[in-house]
Amino acid sequence: MEVRTLFFAAYRDALGLSELAVTLPEGASVSDLVRSLRGRGTPFEVLPGDPAVAVNRRYSPMDRVLEGGDEVAFIPPVAGG
Amino acid sequence: MSLYARVVHHPIRVQALVDEVGGPEDGAVLVFLGTVRDHNDGRRVEGVRYEAYESMAREVLEEILVDASRATGVDRIGALHRVGELSVGDVSVAIVVASPHREQAYAASRRVIEEIKARLPVWKKELYVDGRETWLEGRDPRFAGSPAGRSAGGSE
Repeated sequence: MEVRTLFFAAYRDALGLSELAVTLPEGASVSDLVRSLRGRGTPFEVLPGDPAVAVNRRYSPMDRVLEGGDEVAFIPPVAGG
Repeated sequence: MSLYARVVHHPIRVQALVDEVGGPEDGAVLVFLGTVRDHNDGRRVEGVRYEAYESMAREVLEEILVDASRATGVDRIGALHRVGELSVGDVSVAIVVASPHREQAYAASRRVIEEIKARLPVWKKELYVDGRETWLEGRDPRFAGSPAGRSAGGSE
């Protein structure tokens, strides 16, 4: 299955990309996705091992199981206001 | 019930938000404005670039207003967060709370700004007079609502 990952602000600047389609095995969780990305090496190891993540625009725990077509956003520490 | 939440790219028109939210039954209309200040951590700030995960930010802002309404009983709240390039003095956030009585209005307004800072997916890059720029240290939104999240940095 394929999920759509999004990167914002400091993550986007460090990675040099704002969006990436990632193929994962069925049943993969958010933490599997994070491991898979960080396992690609430079520059993906700039992502924390335990980042805040939103799945389909809702903050989600690392053990959330993903489905094909999910939108998974890596959320750097927020600074609105 | 009138809850109005938007992420906008244009300058915030405060009176328009007041008109949107307030009504003839209100004895109190409270306005909070967050503005871009000219210094931070001893550095002179020329401007700020705000970025949002816009589709999510709008939903989270609506949730924040619903939560504040439930907690305080105030049912007319408007909140706007501006994104893009802002100059010193520009309004980045506007919160308008209309209520028959002021106590609930203050409580609701305070709650909304604290929740915006704790969990709205928005980021802020400061642009300094010396030409450098940096993303501001933010808060982990997973701590929103906990004492740790509330005490971790940030100021209006």
